[in-house]
Amino acid sequence: MSQRIASTTAAAGAIRKRQRTLAESQTFFAWILLIPTMIVVAIVGLVPLIQTFYLSLTDARLASITPAEFVGFENYAFLLQDTQFYRTIGNTIFFTVITVGFEFILGLVIAMVINSNFRGRGLMRAAMLIPWAIPTVVSAQMWKWMYNDVYGVINDLLVRQIGILDSNVAFIATNTTVSLVSIAAVDIWKTTPFVALLLLAGLQVISGDVYEAASVDGANPIQKFLYITLPLLRPAILVTLIFRTLDSLRVFDVFFVMFGQRSDTQTMAIYAQQNLVDFSDLGYGSAVSIAIFFIIAIFVVLYVTFLNVEES
Amino acid sequence: MTGGDTRHIFSRVLFYLLIIVILVYTIFPFYWAFASSLTPNNRLFSTPISYWPLEPTLNNYQLVFRNNLFIRALINSAIVSFAVTALALVVGALGAYALGRFRFKGRSVVLYTVLAMTMFPQIAVLGALFEMVTNLGLYNNLLSLIITYLIFTLPFTVWVLTNFFKAMPRDLEEAAYVDGASPFQTFYMILLPLAAPGMVTTGLLAFIAAWNEYLFALSFTQTPENRTVTIAITAFEGATASSFELPWGQIMAASVVVTVPLIILTLYFQKRIIAGLTAGAVKG
Repeated sequence: MSQRIASTTAAAGAIRKRQRTLAESQTFFAWILLIPTMIVVAIVGLVPLIQTFYLSLTDARLASITPAEFVGFENYAFLLQDTQFYRTIGNTIFFTVITVGFEFILGLVIAMVINSNFRGRGLMRAAMLIPWAIPTVVSAQMWKWMYNDVYGVINDLLVRQIGILDSNVAFIATNTTVSLVSIAAVDIWKTTPFVALLLLAGLQVISGDVYEAASVDGANPIQKFLYITLPLLRPAILVTLIFRTLDSLRVFDVFFVMFGQRSDTQTMAIYAQQNLVDFSDLGYGSAVSIAIFFIIAIFVVLYVTFLNVEES
Repeated sequence: MTGGDTRHIFSRVLFYLLIIVILVYTIFPFYWAFASSLTPNNRLFSTPISYWPLEPTLNNYQLVFRNNLFIRALINSAIVSFAVTALALVVGALGAYALGRFRFKGRSVVLYTVLAMTMFPQIAVLGALFEMVTNLGLYNNLLSLIITYLIFTLPFTVWVLTNFFKAMPRDLEEAAYVDGASPFQTFYMILLPLAAPGMVTTGLLAFIAAWNEYLFALSFTQTPENRTVTIAITAFEGATASSFELPWGQIMAASVVVTVPLIILTLYFQKRIIAGLTAGAVKG
């Protein structure tokens, strides 16, 4: 009897030991598998982020003979008084508010259209992917040509075909506000379909039964939209808005292609890149980069808390 | 015909009108690029403009394909994009296997680091990467792009593939272990083939992201023969009918050349791409 107990405990112990070593060896194996990922994440992500922060505390210049010196928060002190930096923040936020707002509203309309049943639905969904797939640089070039002040199709449409403008407008050349709105239109065109696809994925998860029940209770379409669609779509809306805001706040490509280094329409990212690459000013450019990083982080925190608080 | 029928038909017409408006809005810029690419310069730079190509010509395409620097840029972009995609898939699949199929301490820390990196603004690390690239002597070298592009391809690949591996039934490995397979054999022979569709999707998305990248390419390369296609497309110069205008016909032809492969790829794999793009959004 005791022998049996002893052997059982021994067996149990052996099993436990084997399980433990199995768990241990699995953990070991998992970390081995993760080594390449962690090396890459460290080399191109975490280390550069820390390094950028360190650079922002120095007066480092690229290919400079004199070694970089630690200057504390001098760059940041200068940043706080840099009117051009404030201007780039203003431009970027203006651009972000317009693009994210329009993309969300238009995207929701398109998503709801595609979500209803009609012939050619698949075709339309496919067409929505095309603007997303092309490079931003290419779409910027296409629109730059369409905006051309003499031979551009948009001027022709607005002046000659529709007649709401008296004469041709230099959409992306002179006036700052006109330029910013025009460039926002390019981003809205390119990204609305993507927003629509994200929201459509959210709509498709909502069961038709809910709408039927609402119909039985005599709800009209507007009530259904306000009290069923919007609340149930909230997770998809949150993710979409966060993605889009982050993208808009770091916008670079379309502005650089359309405006180059034009100062009145500069965005935060263009200002950072100009300081880093064109002026070789690693210290100040890094300070601008870190500031952008924190501005973006603030927006993420605002979104998440705002939308979560509302939920609870 | 009753009033209800008329109203139904009316709303149906409005609905299709809305669809047409959306489609025209989406497609028109592409049509315009294509039409302009077929238009000879003397027509392109004349008013009033025409809404379809008069005297269509392939001259712009001939000029683009005879432009050695543009061809070089296409090849460069292909090299960089394929290399980045391959690297991201190999490294990402191994990492995702660990994160998706094993439970271990520190797993969620790694997972959240990866997730945070998918939202990472590239501009935040540009300074340090610029310094690193220069110090390693990789400035103006395609290798600098292959390495740095991993910052936006790898985290995404790991994240999507992790969800893919997680969704596979648990008994897969157990059966393999019972048969005496090692964890790596199990991965290589059983899970990896099953993950192939997910690899295709993430690979496509990584490829498109790398092909479309501009900021790093602009910052880390300099000479025309090391340009990628996104840089080349903004670097067209040349004599046109009006000396004040860029060669827009050629630029539009080049835009079409760059875009068509992407459109074909996207339409062919549309279901997978949509699934891949929305996976994160729906699951949260």
